[in-house]
Amino acid sequence: MSALLEVAGLAKHFPVRRGAFGLVSGHVRAVDGVDFELRAGETLAIVGESGCGKSTVGRLVLRLIEPSAGQVRFEGEDLLALSDGAMRARRQRMQVIFQDPYASLNPRMTVGAMLGEPLMLHGLAKNEAARKARVGELLDLVGLRPDHARRYPHEFSGGQRQRLAIARALAVEPKLIVADEPVSALDVSIQAQVINLMRSLQQRFGLAYIFISHDLAVVKHIADRIAVMYLGKIVETATTDELFRNPRHPYTRALLAAVPLPDPTAARERTLLEGDIPSAMNPPSGCRFHTRCTFAREACKRDEPALADDGQAHATACPYWPEFPPPAVLAEAANRDADRIRLTRLQAAFVNNQQREAS
Amino acid sequence: MTATALPDVAVRDASEENPWARAWRRLKRRKGAMVGLAVVVLFVLVAILAPWVAPYDPIATSWSLVRKPPSWAHWLGTDEVGRDILSRVIWGARASLSAGLVSVGIALGIGVPLGLLAGYAGGWIDSVLSRIVDAMLAVPFLILAIALAAFLGPSLSNAMIAIGVTATPIFVRLTRGQTLAAKVEDYVEAARAVGNPHWRIALRHVLPNIVPPLLVQASLAIAGAIIAEAALSFLGLGQQPPSPSWGSMLNSAQRFIAQAPWMAFWPGFAIFFAVLSFNLLGDGLRDALDPRHK
Repeated sequence: MSALLEVAGLAKHFPVRRGAFGLVSGHVRAVDGVDFELRAGETLAIVGESGCGKSTVGRLVLRLIEPSAGQVRFEGEDLLALSDGAMRARRQRMQVIFQDPYASLNPRMTVGAMLGEPLMLHGLAKNEAARKARVGELLDLVGLRPDHARRYPHEFSGGQRQRLAIARALAVEPKLIVADEPVSALDVSIQAQVINLMRSLQQRFGLAYIFISHDLAVVKHIADRIAVMYLGKIVETATTDELFRNPRHPYTRALLAAVPLPDPTAARERTLLEGDIPSAMNPPSGCRFHTRCTFAREACKRDEPALADDGQAHATACPYWPEFPPPAVLAEAANRDADRIRLTRLQAAFVNNQQREAS
Repeated sequence: MTATALPDVAVRDASEENPWARAWRRLKRRKGAMVGLAVVVLFVLVAILAPWVAPYDPIATSWSLVRKPPSWAHWLGTDEVGRDILSRVIWGARASLSAGLVSVGIALGIGVPLGLLAGYAGGWIDSVLSRIVDAMLAVPFLILAIALAAFLGPSLSNAMIAIGVTATPIFVRLTRGQTLAAKVEDYVEAARAVGNPHWRIALRHVLPNIVPPLLVQASLAIAGAIIAEAALSFLGLGQQPPSPSWGSMLNSAQRFIAQAPWMAFWPGFAIFFAVLSFNLLGDGLRDALDPRHK
């Protein structure tokens, strides 16, 4: 079966203009040669720090911004070759959910008008009554009530607004939804609700997601595969289980080390990232991560590593990964028990203290 | 787990009011704005009902009544050819208010589409339109209006056109700026992602969200246009005698300012109140429509 979406060599270089005459003084290489594939019904998560270009990838795939180079094939068709009008028609098959549900809903449109618009644009409802019925159905689908159609976005909470955004994306029955940090603006308790909603909708309608996030903990619950991005390039891709169990690229390892664990005594690798992400206007030579990499060596400053697949769908853009020590998770298992006993004792002492003070 | 099994979270119990209803509720709380609105409505009613509320024919002269001070028969006195000033002020409201409304209507009608085009399309279209606007704004408002009115020939309708065209650049600039700010909003990108054509994004998604500042500017521009009409009429480029307008009444009054000050006082008073009340209304609208104010 061929892929739903094939992306090859995708790049976006934003020109930087300076001075009175708007001369181009450089380019921000937000996305610099990205390849990936997505099958129908699959979820690919793209993770990375702020500014690594992950949101730009999402927008390029949907052609909300025009790529500088590369190819985007959707259902076998080259999207970049399409005219404006033809591209508009294709938008029925691919939709988007934005990060901030307070900004992504038009404040002067009722929910009904907002959800009815895509139906009207793509001729999906024959008349007013059919449109109304479909809007009610969509609201029901995301756990809201059909009579909410008369309301304006400001009357809803953040989580509800994100559900509205999901309903808008679903209105045209797409095959692909690009979700750009869909839960990072929401409370943690609401995040789970929205993630669960997205998962159940995926099962029901066979949706494929590109799930863009900086939060590996969230991604773990929804993604089939993960692509880790750093400074406009993918540095590692693998299935979710494989990536969490067996991270290879030093950057992936650092990201995983930064995921908070519920167990305070759990020992773990201490490869915290230092410094900021370098400027995408002037990325480091060779491997772009070498300025912050614990394992960097001389050759890294010179040679740009390619994303090499190991034959089992785990690709890493670092040729030296087999030489690195295994991640230190669970390394000091012996000490852990001692730590845990000490923690329990401390907690007990604290509770006793509180009770004494209260009485 | 299915979607319908999700907990049905109660929607915040805000009253189901649209943004305009909310703005109206907030406007009602502002005394200045409501006074302004009341005076505006009063002026508009007087202008519309002029034939019925004016006690005399505004252009009927009487040689026995030349420059009479206010009396029971003529509450505001009479002018240099014996015409009733109250009647002329009432009929003059027609010229002044219609000049204000029509010229601002012209300015909105030309300025908003051009501003929307410049802001949304960007590129060379924006550059060309913006330079023209800059050039027009470099000339003082009244000078440009006078030049245009003189070029078109003296009449009230030409004065309206002149004022309208002169007031256009400020609306182009305002609309362009607001459009630039609105078009980078997520909801505009979402509208694109849904498959809206550009014209629909501009009209349905950008325009409704930039109406509030335009409305404020329009109400302030009406005040400016009323003054401009008075100035043009004062110079003889607006309303032509014997039809009354506040500006032309001031023009004829200036020669008798010592002997018959009431001739100048009442039209001046009318201009003052009309302009003040439009300004009060505009200020109130600005506050009521600003989402940052609670």
